[in-house]
Amino acid sequence: MKYAAPVTVEEAQHLLASDEEAQVFAGATDLIPQIRAGRKQPPLTVDLKRIPRLVNMRVEGNTWVIGAAVSAAQLSSNPDLAVDFPGMTEAAALIGSDQIQSRATLGGNLCNASPAADTVPAMIVNGAVGVIATSEGTRMVPVSDIAIGPGSTCLAPGEFLLELLVERPPLRTADAYLRFIPRTEMDIAVVGAAARVTLAEDGVVESSRIAIGAVAPTVLRVDEAEAALAGRVIDDDLLDEIATAASERGSPITDKRGTADFRRHVVGVLTKRVVAAAAQRAGGSQ
Amino acid sequence: MTTTQPEYKWVGTRPVRHDGLDKVTGRARYGADLALPGMLVGVVVRSPHPHANIVSIDTSRAELIDGVKAIVVGADFPVIGHDDSADAGEGVVDYRDLSRNVIARDKVLYEGHPVAAIAATSSTAARMAAEAIEIQYETLPYVLTVDEAMAENAPILHDDLITKGVSTSMGETNIASRELHEGGDLDAGFAQADVVVEREFTTKAVHQGYIEPHAVVADTGEDGRSVVWCSSQGHFLVRTQTAKVLGWEPSQIKVIPAEIGGGFGGKTTIYLEPLAVMLSAKAGRPVKLVMSRDEVFRASGPTSATRIRVKIGADKDGKITAAQAWLAYTAGAFKGSPVGPGCDCILTPYVIENFLIEGYDVVTNTAKVTAYRAPGAPMAAFASETVLDEIADELGIDPIDLRLRNAVKEGARAVYGPKFRRVGFIETLEAIKDHPHYKTPLGPNQGRGIASGFWFNGGLESSATVNINEDGTAVVVTGSPDIGGSRAAMAQMAAEELGIDVYRIRPVVADTESVGFTDVTGGSRVTFATGMAVVEACRKVVGLLSERAAKVWGVDQSEVEWVDGQAQHVLGAHSPLTIEEIADGAADTGGPVTASAAVNARGVGMAFSTQLCDVEVDTETGAVKILRYTTAQDAGRAIHPSYVEGQMQGGVAQGIGWALNEEYIYNNDGVMENPGFLDYRIPVASDLPMIDTVIVEVPNPNHPYGVRGVGEVGIVPPMAAVANAISDATGKRITDLPMSPTRIVKALMDNED
Ligand SMILES: Cc1cc2nc3c(=O)[nH]c(=O)nc-3n(C[C@H](O)[C@H](O)[C@H](O)COP(=O)(O)OP(=O)(O)OC[C@H]3O[C@@H](n4cnc5c(N)ncnc54)[C@H](O)[C@@H]3O)c2cc1C
Repeated sequence: MKYAAPVTVEEAQHLLASDEEAQVFAGATDLIPQIRAGRKQPPLTVDLKRIPRLVNMRVEGNTWVIGAAVSAAQLSSNPDLAVDFPGMTEAAALIGSDQIQSRATLGGNLCNASPAADTVPAMIVNGAVGVIATSEGTRMVPVSDIAIGPGSTCLAPGEFLLELLVERPPLRTADAYLRFIPRTEMDIAVVGAAARVTLAEDGVVESSRIAIGAVAPTVLRVDEAEAALAGRVIDDDLLDEIATAASERGSPITDKRGTADFRRHVVGVLTKRVVAAAAQRAGGSQ
Repeated sequence: MTTTQPEYKWVGTRPVRHDGLDKVTGRARYGADLALPGMLVGVVVRSPHPHANIVSIDTSRAELIDGVKAIVVGADFPVIGHDDSADAGEGVVDYRDLSRNVIARDKVLYEGHPVAAIAATSSTAARMAAEAIEIQYETLPYVLTVDEAMAENAPILHDDLITKGVSTSMGETNIASRELHEGGDLDAGFAQADVVVEREFTTKAVHQGYIEPHAVVADTGEDGRSVVWCSSQGHFLVRTQTAKVLGWEPSQIKVIPAEIGGGFGGKTTIYLEPLAVMLSAKAGRPVKLVMSRDEVFRASGPTSATRIRVKIGADKDGKITAAQAWLAYTAGAFKGSPVGPGCDCILTPYVIENFLIEGYDVVTNTAKVTAYRAPGAPMAAFASETVLDEIADELGIDPIDLRLRNAVKEGARAVYGPKFRRVGFIETLEAIKDHPHYKTPLGPNQGRGIASGFWFNGGLESSATVNINEDGTAVVVTGSPDIGGSRAAMAQMAAEELGIDVYRIRPVVADTESVGFTDVTGGSRVTFATGMAVVEACRKVVGLLSERAAKVWGVDQSEVEWVDGQAQHVLGAHSPLTIEEIADGAADTGGPVTASAAVNARGVGMAFSTQLCDVEVDTETGAVKILRYTTAQDAGRAIHPSYVEGQMQGGVAQGIGWALNEEYIYNNDGVMENPGFLDYRIPVASDLPMIDTVIVEVPNPNHPYGVRGVGEVGIVPPMAAVANAISDATGKRITDLPMSPTRIVKALMDNED
């Protein structure tokens, strides 16, 4: 197995063009366990962390530009990002442990395409868009369309993710993310739920986005719950209504991490809790 | 907590452990750390099937691979009979079964069962060879649980198995033995009861979860002798068992102990050692074998999965009138589950006149179970202590008072036979009852549970040598691998006896040719039994030192007293001679000062623990948070209180994991699904509160410092304590382990129907 660490996007593309089976990586916190378990044996691995554009984060105009290989530790320690996206930040801060977070990246979390990836629901509710390097230049794909099934993405051979673009949130808007794991850390989400809520001045929900993870092959939006919230004031009955909508939305499986029934039930519980949390933040009490 | 305590200078203090610095700096050498010139690395080829006949093994292609130096299969090992069995310290070992667990012959009995082993110049070559070995299997139906294995027409694992104690007809059963304890009149006892509670429980297989995987280096010479380096809980046991499997004499093997990264009972047997010795003999080079975590889970440990029924009757004052228990434990592929100790421990904390305890040792197509901290007792206590809690509930009696009303004390007869000497069970109950924790208020969705447990503790054989160096320091040599801070305890007892500073003593663990035979570090026996040998050797050394002083002074030895590390003349006629002075002049008074002692320790002090647990249950997600935990345990005497506390806390931490999340999960092909720490969920640090400890000290009169064992009993009560707390919080009795969120949500939802 060969290892290469290009310092420009072009160099990386060149390397990828040299071998169809070459694989990029950032933190390698997914890739190394997969290689160890014998599930992947790439002849060439291309380290993206030396390319400045991929490890940089900044605000351009009204948009956050986050390099695909920025580490979770870097993300969650950025105070400005935490003000704009408390939920996305807390999702990044949930990954693994301190050690893992110093390596793990948003790009890796997204492109590994696990239905349980923690930052993906949070990126989706914030309308994040991926910038993909292609042989012709770049193309933009919404994060919700990048993972297309467990372990597979819409990226063509030779393509890789450069950065993520996220519009800064409007007024009276906040996000939140919650996941359920049987332990308190070092675990994979049995289910996850993210919400972003924008409140009108009178406190009714102006708009919302809800995304749930680990209950289907890819992260799902819960349109029915979003519709139910629109124009209403959040109370217990409404929360129960969206919990039911979230429970009915997924098609979870039974595996070693939980039963389908359990996932269906808990995704509802998390959805109502996460909507309540986002609304509370949007209302000004963080 | 104690009555009058003698004044000690070192015993009861907390010196920094002698091996501590090396362990925190990484200098300590563990099983996998050794590398020898010319060393080969090995790979074990394992069965992918839980049950299959081996039709053929063809290694010819694999042998041609570049770098492959040796391949062994079952047929390379001698055939060993069942009769060839012996007591190896931790119960009887059937060497025929052991040899077939090390490597299969004609049948594989669990997924992960070794079938061949390869030594090569690189791990890549070894892995390629592993794939090139052609093995034809004829798969067979399999059984994973006691229910499946005991069912009528169940697939049979062994065509020569009989149910010991019941029948002699071979090959018709997976039940290897039946245990029975009976006393009094069961029907009459239940007739006297005002309340009778009967419940059925199941527990899953759980692993010891030691951090260090099994590892060995073997270097076999042309003289037919082998040197083996490995981490284990007993290198003499490794020597004996490896020799037996190879058909060698034990003296042909020298085992050098590495530091051990956890064992918890799981390293009281052998797996890789005979394979490494045989590969090394074939290749003529040293061979190293190291298990992956995956292999550790699939093929070492775990402890039994069980089904247990308990029925207890009590009168309205809370006196137990009768008790009945039925226990079935999986043994894994070969007989020998800890159902015996399960039966012995299940009701032992209580005085019960009318009882019937029945246990079954059941073979299944899963890895052969290995000892795990108080083997067999925790699952039994989960069942009995939960039923007792329910009885206390029904009678409206405080659960501690219920236990106090029935608790055993000196003179009481245990259900499994022996009479108790002085024990500290009542003291542990009182310690918890008096603890401020017991009185703190609880919030909504919070609950509190208590439970108690018993463990025998072990004695067995130990040797020790004490050498006085020429500078007056001492080396204390034992054969007990140090897994819980025992070096420090040995040094403290030696310091007390010799009257010198604990840091002027070097406690070492020596190889099988440098110290007398010593049984495993297991059964909570080392501080007790090896400690006795150390004390005895020290006393001999003090005798020698006094004799040397008498010689220097030209007086009778009876005029010499040993005080604070020096010889004093009883009448003060001579100025004292320090240990340094005597050591320095030893050449002139008779040569080096050294003495050895060996014991087969009797007079074990039995151990009891009572534990108190507060939980909060998220009733929507089923998540259980352990809010507070207090454990009281009778240590006899805590030689080094920090390590006693560490043992108490460690047992509780493992017990909480067993209670809440740990379990072997198999797929529909009988293959383990979660062989890693991601999905085999032992608690992480943030899952646990600080575990408060109360060391109760009711000295064991049979040990020079009053020691009882402390390593095991702490894991006996936690599952029941947690279950009782969950019941207090939710009103639901969970009778199946683990009490995972899925299971709790299901139990709470069933409630709503
Ligand atoms: C102990 C441990 C705990 C963990 N806990 C969690 C957790 O709590 N939550 C969670 O969601 N995950 C968890 N993970 C998984 C992992 O850490 C995350 O998915 C992480 O975000 C992956 O990022 P990475 O940079 O390390 O990915 P890599 O391993 O570097 O890459 C992962 C995949 O993405 C591809 N890839 C990476 N970057 C790009 C790119 N720029 N363009 C195209 N493809 C790319 C790679 O080719 C690879 O297929 C855990 C992992 C471990 C080992």
